[in-house]
Amino acid sequence: MNIEFIQKDKLLVIKLTEEIDHHTTEKIRRKIDNEITRYMPRKVLFDFGSISFMDSAGIGMIIGRYKMAKMLGGELEIINANKAIRKVLEMSGIVNIIPIKEKVS
Amino acid sequence: MKSLYDNEMNLEFLSRSKNEAFARITVAAFAAQLDPTIEELADIKTAVSEAVTNSIIHGYEDTEGIVKIRARILDNTIEIEVSDTGKGIEDIELARKPLYTTKANLERSGMGFTIMESFMDEVDIESVVGLGTKILMKKHIKKDEEIDEIENADLTAIGGR
Repeated sequence: MNIEFIQKDKLLVIKLTEEIDHHTTEKIRRKIDNEITRYMPRKVLFDFGSISFMDSAGIGMIIGRYKMAKMLGGELEIINANKAIRKVLEMSGIVNIIPIKEKVS
Repeated sequence: MKSLYDNEMNLEFLSRSKNEAFARITVAAFAAQLDPTIEELADIKTAVSEAVTNSIIHGYEDTEGIVKIRARILDNTIEIEVSDTGKGIEDIELARKPLYTTKANLERSGMGFTIMESFMDEVDIESVVGLGTKILMKKHIKKDEEIDEIENADLTAIGGR
């Protein structure tokens, strides 16, 4: 299993468990989209706490899910990103539209 | 024949997306002999991942081909060459631009070259349409003495010494 979902009070936590690159985004994108359209969350949380690597494929994947969440009237946040992942997020400018938060349990 | 470099390795693999992880981990393991910091190693992994992904999805456009990596070490600099014999890049200047992508439909962010350029010290692109693309990247790995110097300079700046 390369991804875990936790649903609570219209909050959808997407726990990533594999390094995020072009290969893995191809695998998880559809699973995430199915989960979002099925659950219709008010907030989507991408939890990076279990992984240490993401390249620019992750940026495209996150922006795509951000648009989807917005379209359905929800919001999206990123939590527990390590320093390396933060660096990629910051470079992409994604930090200007998507809140990146510190540790959340 | 004696190499001009301190060390060298060559890697060839099929243009399958599952090899993106294999490639970056292998190059990182080779780079580890320079004793890089965690951040320097992450920079190298990310840049290699971007270059290899480009070869697979743009160079070969999901057809099958061979991606080659040559990594060489001289003093404290690692040079990494990622090449393919795919379709090549028509306009290199345009390809380098942040957010430019020919594959927006695949949710590509257009940040690949921007990341390579900012995570590595030097990035050169050679490409011939119909023949392929070669990316040459260099990164200087700081020695312990250099890191000490930087830290001492920081301390001096804040009046610590």
